[in-house]
Amino acid sequence: MNHRFVRLAETNRAIVRIVIDGAPVEALAGDTLMVAMLNNVRSLRESEFGDGRRAGFCLMGACQDCWVWTAQNTRLRACTTVVAEGMNIVTRQPEATWANLA
Amino acid sequence: MGQPRVIIIGAGPAGVRCAETLVRAGLRPTVVDENRRDGGQIYRRQPDNFTRPYDKLYGTEAERAQSLHASFDALRAKVDYMPETLAWNIFGGKLHVVRDQRSKALPYDALVICSGATDRLMPVKGWHYAGTYSLGASQIALKAQACAIGRQVVFMGTGPLLYLVASQYVKAGANVAAVLDTSPLMRRVAALPKLLARPAVLRNGLALVSYLKRAGVQVLTGITPVEITGSAENGVQGVVVRDKHGNERSFECDAVGMGYHLRPETQLADLARCSFRFDAETRQWLPEVGEDGRTSVPGVYLAGDGMKVLGADAAEIGGRLAALAVLKDLKLKVNEDELQALRAEQAKMDRFRRGLAQAFPWPAEQAAALPDDAVVCRCEVVTAGDLRRTVREMGAQEANRAKALCRVGMGRCQGRYCGHAGAEIIAHAAGVPLEQVGRLRGQAPVKPLSMAVREEVE
Repeated sequence: MNHRFVRLAETNRAIVRIVIDGAPVEALAGDTLMVAMLNNVRSLRESEFGDGRRAGFCLMGACQDCWVWTAQNTRLRACTTVVAEGMNIVTRQPEATWANLA
Repeated sequence: MGQPRVIIIGAGPAGVRCAETLVRAGLRPTVVDENRRDGGQIYRRQPDNFTRPYDKLYGTEAERAQSLHASFDALRAKVDYMPETLAWNIFGGKLHVVRDQRSKALPYDALVICSGATDRLMPVKGWHYAGTYSLGASQIALKAQACAIGRQVVFMGTGPLLYLVASQYVKAGANVAAVLDTSPLMRRVAALPKLLARPAVLRNGLALVSYLKRAGVQVLTGITPVEITGSAENGVQGVVVRDKHGNERSFECDAVGMGYHLRPETQLADLARCSFRFDAETRQWLPEVGEDGRTSVPGVYLAGDGMKVLGADAAEIGGRLAALAVLKDLKLKVNEDELQALRAEQAKMDRFRRGLAQAFPWPAEQAAALPDDAVVCRCEVVTAGDLRRTVREMGAQEANRAKALCRVGMGRCQGRYCGHAGAEIIAHAAGVPLEQVGRLRGQAPVKPLSMAVREEVE
């Protein structure tokens, strides 16, 4: 159980290589970054509010729950970004986590 | 004056038919769309290197999807098309758009907002776990990316999309553990006279339910969601509900697709200063629209699900109607027979919409029953208890006041997914009618912008 999404069709596409948390993985050309990642790992990021891992929610650019960091310290909205060869993504964000005082 | 400047926001069914009608009248509208391709969410196009045919992708709606795509392809040279462009503010008589970190202000004589809808959500304890998605998201994963959201999926909520997405998953070979509908079956029977306004659509809907049952999927109506179980590290592991007899039922799964019908994306209408009214039937605030999509602001028009959720077919009609309203207001000639025919057709659509609202009601009572430790705001992890304390201890009885004090609706989704439930919780805790809680004001930018965005000055 090392990935979350399940491919049901359209698997005969060119392979695109990316890196997630330092590990090289394979995605398919035409994948969104989110789909590329969730076919390899179970989550995209850490909630800033201390409640655990997140894997996106709306897939249409409305909820903003799928922003991921690149190793170059830029951010990408994974559901609206098309995967590209050589992307280097980290799922543990480098910024400080907010304290949850509740 | 030269050619009137007409801007259409959105290239879904409403936006495309609006553009087509304006082009036919000799205008050259600008079409601003956030997506990479036209089609909107419902007729979203798959990437170019995908090969599934239309009937596989869109089922009974294949012809409509194909026709809409073909219409827009034919329009491409006749409109100013701005894809991957976010309309983020309306201010000073201009539409502010951003693409590739460059912001531009576009002046207009008429603005038609076809902003579409997003899923309407009622929180349930555990819905913040990784593996919970909206129904719309579940459908996009399949349609645009040929993926299921998990190995074993539970669909929960209510509305036509619940059955449509579940059956699309089954057809595509996904493993659907259960379909759990909060609406009792009797509501559907009572709504039949209204639903008969569109007999073919009703037939399609009934066929979906029987298809699911034939495929061996458990379909439960009249359920009450109790909890999505799971862990912070691994995400969703199951769903617990109470069935219509009050018995607790558990379903193992690694993904949940949930939604309670749709809600219009009204932030841009709000920023354009359009008036809103409270719709008691669906318990939400909607933009006030006059005939054919005219708003309270001259020169600003609404069409499609971004005005009122009438569905894709009605969005095509609404787009045409709004275009005719624009032409009329610009003192250009319109075909009155066409106008009357479209209005008559739209009246049927609205009757059907009311049938759906009756058959698949927004489960307001669940908000009041949410346990204090359930997360309401997924963005910033604000719980129902936090919100109730804000009402009871700090006296916040109005939505924007409560937002200022406890941040429900302040997060990155800007209240899209917690706003309606949050208002219900406030109303219940304060003991006031829902309409008195008001609505979250739309704020610019309607979606987060990068600090690196630069304004282009002409």
